[in-house]
Amino acid sequence: MTPRRNRMLSVITLLVGVSLAAVFGLRGCDDLKSYFFDPSQVVAGAVKGDQSFRLGGMVKDGSFIRVPESLDVSFVVTDFAQEVKVLYNGLLPDLFREGQGVVATGKLNQYGEFVAENILAKHDENYMPPEVADSLKQKPPETDY
Amino acid sequence: MNAFMTWFYQMSSPPHFYRWAGRAIPWFMWPALILSAVAAYLGLVRSPEDYQMGHTVRIMYVHVPSAWLSMWCYTSMAVASAIGWIWRMKLAHAVAAAIAPAGAALTFLALVTGAIWGKPTWGTYWVWDARLTSELVLLFLFMGVVLLRNAFEDRAQGDRAAAILAIVGVVNVPIIHYSVNWWNTLHQSASVSVAGKSGIDSSMLMPLLLMVLGFTLYLVALILMRTRNEVLLRESRKRWVQELVQS
Repeated sequence: MTPRRNRMLSVITLLVGVSLAAVFGLRGCDDLKSYFFDPSQVVAGAVKGDQSFRLGGMVKDGSFIRVPESLDVSFVVTDFAQEVKVLYNGLLPDLFREGQGVVATGKLNQYGEFVAENILAKHDENYMPPEVADSLKQKPPETDY
Repeated sequence: MNAFMTWFYQMSSPPHFYRWAGRAIPWFMWPALILSAVAAYLGLVRSPEDYQMGHTVRIMYVHVPSAWLSMWCYTSMAVASAIGWIWRMKLAHAVAAAIAPAGAALTFLALVTGAIWGKPTWGTYWVWDARLTSELVLLFLFMGVVLLRNAFEDRAQGDRAAAILAIVGVVNVPIIHYSVNWWNTLHQSASVSVAGKSGIDSSMLMPLLLMVLGFTLYLVALILMRTRNEVLLRESRKRWVQELVQS
């Protein structure tokens, strides 16, 4: 085997080895890498006990309620299979609105409601001018969220 | 294939590369400047606001090209390093050395513009989700490659050490790309699709693609310029460089 062949083989071996390590390493710690749980996972009991976690999904249309003269709000987060009710006291991000994605950090209370300490808006991958969005509203948008 | 191999072997000669690159740079630089200026005008002035984000969407015209090209830079650097390692080609190591700081700068730009966009859109500058974290790892890899190369007295040793790090780190590139599909992330999934329908309106897609093209050409010109400097430094004791300096 020539030295060049040898080095070529060592580069390939290195790449295969590191890729395998990455695949197994990343598979091993699935919970760490998902930034949030969706309502189906939460309802199925993916989160144990009293620990803090992030809940992500869509704010259900028509579910947003604000207690007058306060920062207390509640809304429902859905993944179109399951729903979780969220209670929050604080400032909402500008892009927070019904029908848009949201990621909330907090804990479940004894009634299975999610008490959020922090709320982030999740923007989806659709970018369009307002006129296009208006015309899309006429027909229900396709979504695989 | 034969013509390509001839070109490849000619290019491995530093003086030949130096002259060729000197002629090629304007052919990349001028189109890059014109395209970027046109794309900046279209993106920052003419393109519409987004229905959700308003004017904030315009950060995309810098963020997306930087992020894409940061991954392109890393992949090119890894390929150049592998060529340099396998064929013992000094010019390939010089190319890899020239790419690394440019790639680090693009990664930094992608992270900073992303943070500036994240604050008004998400409500936070930074989260440790898979996409953001893997892009930060890319920045550290670029910095590691630069530092490792300079950590050796002997240039050839530094080149080889940096090459190995560059090749090992290339596994991070598919992780960055697919992170938004494999795991739940705060970062949205890809808007621009080659095969299917893009999630971005054509009035915004056109300036974006022009900007990507402008950035790419500029980057090629920049890498050629930086490689020329790198070649001069590395060959400073050779006769062709001495003659070049004296003439």
